[in-house]
Amino acid sequence: MGELMTEKHVKYIISVEKKKGDFESVVMEHLRVNGAYWGLTTLDILGKLDAVDRDEVVSWIMQCQHESGGFGGNIGHDPHILYTLSAIQVLALFDKIDVLDIEKVANYIASLQNEDGSFSGDMWGEIDTRFSYIAICSLALLHRLDKINVERAVKYIVSCKNLDGGFGCTPGAESHAGQIFCCVGALAITGSLHHVDKDLLGWWLCERQVKSGGLNGRPEKLPDVCYSWWVLSSLIMIDRVHWIDKEKLVNFILDCQDKENGGISDRPDDAVDVFHTYFGVAGLSLLEFPGLKAIDPAYALPVDVVNRIFLGK
Amino acid sequence: MHGRPRIAPTKEDQEASSLKAAKLRDLQSQVLNFHHNKIYTKEAVEISAKLLESNPEHYTGWNYRKLAVQYLLDQQSENGVDSNSIQSILDEELRVVENALKKNFKSYGAWHHRKWVLSKGHSSIDRELRLLGRFQKLDSRNFHAWNYRRFIAGLRKIPDEEELQYTTDMIYDNFSNYSAWHNRSVLLSNLLGKREKGYHDKEKVFGEEYEFVRNALFTDPDDQSGWFYHLWLLDQTLKREPVLLSSWPPHGSNLCLSVDGSLNDRQPLPVLHFQSKASTFPLILYFSEAVEGVSSSTVTFECKYHAGDDFTWMPLSANKFGFSQAWLTYLKFPNEVHSLEAFPVKVTVAHAAGITSSSGMPCSQSCHISFTVVVPSDDREHSELQTTRRISWKEENIKSCTTQSLEGDILRSLCELEITKENKPTTTKWSMETISNEIAHCQELLSTTNCKIGKLTLARLLMARNTLISYGNPHAGTEVHYEDVLALYRDLMKMDPAHICHYEDEYSLVLLKQLTSNIGSLMKHCYQYQESSSPSMNPYLCVRLNGLSLSRLGSMEQLLWVQMLDLSHNKLRTIEGLEALQLLSCLKLNNNRLCSFTALEPLKTLKSLEALDISYNEIGAHSIDTRRYLCSSPLTHAVGMDWNFKKFTDEDVKLKGHWDAYLLFKDLNLSQLEIAGNAVVNDRLKAFLSKLMPSLKWLDDEECC
Repeated sequence: MGELMTEKHVKYIISVEKKKGDFESVVMEHLRVNGAYWGLTTLDILGKLDAVDRDEVVSWIMQCQHESGGFGGNIGHDPHILYTLSAIQVLALFDKIDVLDIEKVANYIASLQNEDGSFSGDMWGEIDTRFSYIAICSLALLHRLDKINVERAVKYIVSCKNLDGGFGCTPGAESHAGQIFCCVGALAITGSLHHVDKDLLGWWLCERQVKSGGLNGRPEKLPDVCYSWWVLSSLIMIDRVHWIDKEKLVNFILDCQDKENGGISDRPDDAVDVFHTYFGVAGLSLLEFPGLKAIDPAYALPVDVVNRIFLGK
Repeated sequence: MHGRPRIAPTKEDQEASSLKAAKLRDLQSQVLNFHHNKIYTKEAVEISAKLLESNPEHYTGWNYRKLAVQYLLDQQSENGVDSNSIQSILDEELRVVENALKKNFKSYGAWHHRKWVLSKGHSSIDRELRLLGRFQKLDSRNFHAWNYRRFIAGLRKIPDEEELQYTTDMIYDNFSNYSAWHNRSVLLSNLLGKREKGYHDKEKVFGEEYEFVRNALFTDPDDQSGWFYHLWLLDQTLKREPVLLSSWPPHGSNLCLSVDGSLNDRQPLPVLHFQSKASTFPLILYFSEAVEGVSSSTVTFECKYHAGDDFTWMPLSANKFGFSQAWLTYLKFPNEVHSLEAFPVKVTVAHAAGITSSSGMPCSQSCHISFTVVVPSDDREHSELQTTRRISWKEENIKSCTTQSLEGDILRSLCELEITKENKPTTTKWSMETISNEIAHCQELLSTTNCKIGKLTLARLLMARNTLISYGNPHAGTEVHYEDVLALYRDLMKMDPAHICHYEDEYSLVLLKQLTSNIGSLMKHCYQYQESSSPSMNPYLCVRLNGLSLSRLGSMEQLLWVQMLDLSHNKLRTIEGLEALQLLSCLKLNNNRLCSFTALEPLKTLKSLEALDISYNEIGAHSIDTRRYLCSSPLTHAVGMDWNFKKFTDEDVKLKGHWDAYLLFKDLNLSQLEIAGNAVVNDRLKAFLSKLMPSLKWLDDEECC
């Protein structure tokens, strides 16, 4: 088994966090709250969350909140459900959910549910099962699932099920591993996994593994480290993860490390970024790579954080 | 950063990059400033276009533009509506989006902005179709473009048939276009569902589809796209309504209740003994797939003592939504009824169509189960008979049933019982012919190429044919060639070792189907358990399926009567399916691959389970629990926060990690448990289990005090 360059990845994440001048950081500025979630969760899985100043992060996160209760991707950016979940997850990592006005955040999320059970991402009405997952995951972390019509939310997700047992963004849309994670995750959190044809979807998902050991997100596409998360977490939730070759996948992820400067890329020898670093490390955690904290496949947070929230302190 | 090579930037690169960064930062801060101050001047809006054309993911920028459009449109309506200016405002948006998409074809924000503009209803849809034509040629798998196409088709009310033709063209262009195959399945389902002109005849339509996809499969057998479509066609061909497969008590049986499990051989065969303290016994219905709607209005009873009673039916599954293959209720005879008279009981299922599968198919077949019940009077003392008995799997207690014996006769008669169906479900000639036809084509393909998915498909087709043959003819086992299927899976394991566990799981299901498919093969695994020390006890009906390399369970509908089950020395990771075996008293699961307590959730419903052996598994050896979301817990919101676990953890915080053990064992009434040889076991856990199960008498060979 290859080596995981833990120290280098920690250094890389901290450096990205500090680097604000280069073009990539400016392009990503609008989703810095997502970036914070990816970076900090990676640090926590690596056992290095102490490397950041908790109060500084929490105070910055809270500055991204709007009057409506929703969070923007950065200070001054509009509120959107995408960043609201990341904000809640970051606070959860630090055991700081109590700084939130929970009622207000929950009301913001609940206000985005539509008649048919689906969720809009924000006031502009884009509908996507990604937002269903986000709403359900966020409200569950806040213990406020009662704010929405869960039954209808589930029904909408089920209406997005396809021939291959997978799920798409809206009814009729093609299955995609990222979207499958969202739908399976939402069904898992609401105890509704009986709607999933586990053998059919499990087979489709395990056939995402290509010869190199990496996973792709749809048939006849290239492998990418981020699918180590989307595909693996889905396979785990439906108890079919033994259907892939774990060792080969571990090696593929390790091959995507930048062994000199830290960070993980989509494929070997491509440029690294925080997004793929997170998905690589989280994937290794799901593969039970030694020395890593276990991550929960549905809430996408370390298991100890999830257990703290749901099983009592 | 998808697909960008990892190269250290040169000094020039860095300089160019920081120049670009400065420019972009300037644009971003200007636009945010306009947005916050609601500035919608021509110049401001143009700057936002520049920003979005260079960073299409800047969602607040798109929001700003939407507000600007609304502002400009409002101004228009104040000045009197001028459709030309409305048109030009919206056209400008489409232009910006088009440029943004050229920069990033996968920008959610850009695509949504375009939909938002189109929804205003002033734009030319033909132009959108032309644009899509260009985009989909460049990237025929882009799911944003396909989604947008469905949106436009909806706006324009383009007939599904026309869109279906589009998928045909795309597929002819490139057989490997999974997106097109997918869209085809959606459109065909719509057309067939609405029974549109030319789509009344499902058999004809599917016949053509099989031929169409065959072209693709024979052209490139290693491309996955067509195979998934083929599997969907197969699924549609086999689709049928849920039916009742089996029950306990079985149809035609004579049930003899006794308080102490003592023998009563005065009853005619097939006689079943059930030990019951309160003249209560379980009634189990097992369906061909998970159904909902089993209730006292869909299942009725005719019995002297039960007319008009309201029964509570429980789904035997982990989910809280009431879908299950197996359903349970309890029948209770009044205590004062003691007689050697056999009371006939008739159960009628699906008397009103209300039982439906999760895909919404109703179970429209009516069927009956009739059996008799004897509640003999019994005035012997039977106080402590059961409670101190310890089950030992010593060979001397277990006798094979193959020889002539009473138990052998019982088992044989059990296997022969069949539910009476008013109108026997029949397999249509069409599905049988289709499957046979596909088997022939698949064999033809495999004769020229060693294709993995082709082999898997052949195995599936052969099993489908087996199911069709045995459908409505449960004892057709001999016509069926399970060996061929097993050989295919053995082949696949060698050929595609990365997916070996998938094939092992499928292999297990086929093997169990083969074992339970006829009396001869099942009898080889049947035994009776009788302790030499208490010969008057009613022997347990025992099945041994140990050492078969099973990795999962199936065919449980054939085993509803089992009281003792040996599944030791297999490769089981899951025991899903055991929840239906309500008569189970003793279960051996030692030396398997069970990884967590959550994997044992099916045991929670087994109220008669007394002796459980889960020793030498992998419980506690894994950091990732793959059953965590398939069981009821606070994580799945199936168990409330008031679940009383705190009472235990308050005394010992180290027990906090054993919530899964708590959720499992709190509902069990075990008297003996073997748990040694699992990573999770230590003295603290053992003490916790003894406290949790006051009924426990033996824990790992030690007597509990």
